[in-house]
Formats: sequence, C-alpha cells, structure tokens
Amino acid sequence: MTRFLLSRVAQSAISILGASVIIFVISRLSGDPVLQMTPIDATPEMIANLRARLGLDLPLWRQYLVFLGDALQGDFGQSYRWEMPAAQLILDRAPATLLLAAAALGVSLAIAVPVGVLSAVHRGGWIDRVGRAIAVLGQAMPHFWIGLLLILLFSIRLGWLPAVGYGSPSNLILPAIALGWYPAAAQMRVVRSAMLDVLDSEYIRVGRAMGVPPRLLIWKYALRNAAAPLATLMGVYFAGMIGGAFVVEVIFAWPGVGRTVVEAVFSRDFPVVQAGVLLSAVIFVLSNLAVDLSYGLIDPRIRDGR
Amino acid sequence: MAADVSALPTLTGRRQGRGLRRLRRFRGVPWISLAILLGMIVAAVGGPAVSPHDPNGINLSATFVPPIWIEGGSWSHVLGTDNLGRDILSRLIAGARISLVISLYAILLSGGIGGLVGMVSGYFGGFADAAIMRLVEIQMSIPPIALGLILAAALGPGPQTVVIVIVLTYWTWYARIVRGEILSLKARDYVRFARVAGVSTGAIFRRHLAPNILNTLLVLASLQVGQVILFEASLSFLGLGVQQPDVSWGLMLADARQYIQHAWWTITLPGVAILLTCLASNMTGDWLRDLFDPRMRQA
Repeated sequence: MTRFLLSRVAQSAISILGASVIIFVISRLSGDPVLQMTPIDATPEMIANLRARLGLDLPLWRQYLVFLGDALQGDFGQSYRWEMPAAQLILDRAPATLLLAAAALGVSLAIAVPVGVLSAVHRGGWIDRVGRAIAVLGQAMPHFWIGLLLILLFSIRLGWLPAVGYGSPSNLILPAIALGWYPAAAQMRVVRSAMLDVLDSEYIRVGRAMGVPPRLLIWKYALRNAAAPLATLMGVYFAGMIGGAFVVEVIFAWPGVGRTVVEAVFSRDFPVVQAGVLLSAVIFVLSNLAVDLSYGLIDPRIRDGR
Repeated sequence: MAADVSALPTLTGRRQGRGLRRLRRFRGVPWISLAILLGMIVAAVGGPAVSPHDPNGINLSATFVPPIWIEGGSWSHVLGTDNLGRDILSRLIAGARISLVISLYAILLSGGIGGLVGMVSGYFGGFADAAIMRLVEIQMSIPPIALGLILAAALGPGPQTVVIVIVLTYWTWYARIVRGEILSLKARDYVRFARVAGVSTGAIFRRHLAPNILNTLLVLASLQVGQVILFEASLSFLGLGVQQPDVSWGLMLADARQYIQHAWWTITLPGVAILLTCLASNMTGDWLRDLFDPRMRQA
C-alpha cells in the first residue's frame, strides 16, 4: 500500500513539474513581453535594462530554473498590469472559484442523485427517458450558452435572480447551475448504473422479501452502497469544474481565478496567466490523485496490481 | 432519439424475409442526425451560394428584425437580424463553414499524430512507450481551456490557435486508445507469425496493424466533432478563437451578449446551431461505435 501511494504521489509530482515546463515554454513562445511593457519611444538601453531586470536575457533553460525556483517559493513575479505579486492576485481570487465549484458540485449532485436513482428504479419508464434526454442534451450544450439562457430566463424575463455580481447567495445560484449542468449528466449515468447493480443484489431482494418499506430500501440501503462509485469520481468532477469555471466566471462577472486569467490573457500579463494556469493544473492533478488513492483504499486489487 | 424504420410496409411470404433483412440492416441508423450533419456540410460547402445575404452585410435600417414566426418578422430575414442588421441565417451558414474547417484540421492532425504515436508506443513498448505515456499524463494535467488561454496569450488569438489547442489536447486521447488496440493486436497469432516469418516492421504496420485500427480512428473522429465544436465556440466566445470579420457561432454569442435584453433570438439561435450539430455528431459517433465495435458499446 505504501508503495502504491508513493508511486502515485511521485507520478503526480512529475505531472505537475511537466505542466510547469509546458506552461513556461508556451509563455516564452510569444516573443517579447518587454516590447509590450515599454512605450514606443523607449531607447534600446531602456529595453535592455528592463529585460535584464526581469531576467529575460538569460538562456531559456536557466530562465526555466529561475521560474521553477521562484514558483516553488510561491513567486511568479509581479503582475505587469496590477503591479502586485501574481501569486497573491491568483490566491486572492481562488476562494471565489472554489466556492463556485463547490456550489456547482452541489447542484450537479442535487440533480444527478434523485434522477439517477429514480431512473434505475423505474428503468425504461418516463423518468429514465427524461433523464437520458437531459444527459444527451447536457453533453451538447456549451457552459456559456447555458449561462446565457439562464440569464435570459431568470434575470431578464422573470427578474428572479441577479445576472451578475458577487457576495450574496442569490448571486451564486445561476453560475452554479451553469457550471453544474454538464457534470450532472455524467453523474446521473454513474448513479443509475450503480443503482441497477445494487438493486439486483441479494440483500436488497432479501430486504424486499422481509417487508422493508421500499422507500427506506431504495433511499437508504441501496443508495448508500450505490454512492461509492460516485464518491470515488468526485475528484474528476471537481477537476472538470475548474476548467469550466474559466468560461462561466466570464459570463457572470464572477471575481474568480478564471476571469482574472482571461483578462490577463488580453493584457498579456504572463505572470498572472502562468500562476493561474499552474494553479488549475495543480488542482486538476491533486483531484485525480485523490480519486486514484480512494480507488486503492476501496479496492485492494488495484493497489496490489501496481 | 434515433429514428427507426418500423414504418416499413408489411410484406408477405418470401419478400417478408428480404424485408426483415433490410430492416435489420437499417436498424438504429440515426437518420435525423445524419440529415442534420448533411445540412451543416451543405451550408459549409455551399457558403455564399446557399446564403441569402452577405453574412457581414450591415443594414442599419433593419436592426433587430425578429425571426419570421414572431410578429414583425420578415421573409427577407427568416431568422431575423442582429444589432447591425446582419442576417442571422447567413451568419449561421458562414459559422458552419468555420466550424467544419476547424474540425477537419483539428481532427486530421490530432488523429494522425495521436494514432501514429499510439501505434509506435504500443508496438515497440519499452522506454519509448514509458516516455510517451508519461508525456500523455503530463499533457492531461492541464485543463484544455487553461491550455487554450496560455496559448492564446502566447501566439495571439485566432483559428490556428484553436486548432493547436485541440490537437495538443486530443492527441493523447487517440494515442491511449490506439496503444491499447495495438497491444492486443500484437499478441494475435497472425502478427506474431508475420514477425517470425521475417516480414519487415513497416509491412506489419501497413498490412496488419493500420487496417485494424482504422475503425477505431473513425469512431473516435466522429465523437470528436462535437467536442471540437463546443471547444471552438467556447474559445471564440472568450475572444480567443475566431476573430472578426470571420463568423463563428461562439463569436456571434459573444456579440449578442450585450443585447440580451433586446433580442433573445440573437443569443438562442447560434446556441441552437451548436446544440444540433453536437447532438447529431455525438449520435452518429455512438452509432458508428456500436456498428464497428460492439465491445465499446456503453451499458
């Protein structure tokens, strides 16, 4: 078990390191951020000075080592635009993104679990068909369009909820639905197939024969067992939310990491882009690591196989 | 969702046997999806020939004309116009073209690169395999949209950036699945005998391996169309993909966002185009998968 754990942790560390190389190399493809930062009438000396100050005159591999060394200390450089440390900026915005992702996970579970369970219980019935239609539709609608439709319906037509803003719970509802809709489709299928397996098992049949009320049987005994596969996949869904948050935050003007990075892209504010993208890669890798470890904990065959 | 052909006329005697065989052959063919895809391809290829107006033709005396089924709609703009009086149907047609071109490049490149890497990795194994699979894992650790953002920051926004991001994201998908296929093909007797008989590696790839993974590649490609369209729309919506004066569905939605209060059709119709195209290509992909490879069929 220790070996399995160590090897997965090492693999994750390598992935994050590799991601940092990719992020670094891509950001240097762009040519010269210095030319962007200096006025048009800057003298060559001014440009050279600035370049030396930012360490952009070193060979690429040394620049990477500097970047990595600084990154390990949480230093991604000053944001060109905000004139504050990029890491600070990103970390300041992280709670808003995590709040949104957590709320979206809640929304997706609130849709997926009841629909998934009822689909399995009434297999082939109307709720199963509606659930499948939602799943198929959900996979074909981009996050941002769902967001726009929600604004159109609930903010403009009905006037129930604010379209943009941050701070009160009512601001959270629409973005969380927009972000949670897509994973809800996948979770619904997981719950449905797990429930079908469990409902077919011996103890449920015994329970039914003994006269346990169906409601108790389904929602307590069966669901508790069917929830295991869903729980192990939670990290994957959470990781997916981090990607989706980039778009959803822009639509709802949500002050999170995603919107900050998108804005930084337009001002070519590389330290902020690097810090934000690397943070999302770290969350991505750690969420997947958590999934793998939980598999290992639950299923001895996996950890012994490695 | 798939249309079935149970409405065929009832036949009797020997002809019924033939009819049933024919019926079985067409069972589950997603006619509606195929028709939608065909319509998109006609729009994309026909372009100006099928479009009623110039997609960028500004007409300030006819802004925000609603679609024909709403009061105030007109036959000259069946799906209405946007804030600059541009015809929405014509713009949707122009957007279909961009989506198709981007999908074509992105799928050919990611399928080609990923397929080749997967074949080499699976067949030769050893160090190359380990290195490639580690690379796949590293690649997968960056969320695709984040990768798109950093690439757009570095290379500048544009359709070529969209293609590069999709290729960088999806080659891993092809590589992993093709590698798995090759691993199982490699163990088959006819491949082992060919090796023992001294058939060159190149000939084994050409004659025994490549033909066997073609179906897999085709299925993966058809399932990728929907993903590419969603991805292109998202990046263009953020302003990092297709740029004016080119037309893309994602970009249309980004433009329409400011006018969400005045003209609901400008933000619903491009989304419907995205939805229908994705739905149709996902359905077609599922159908192809079941047709070619029952083992991949989902429960």
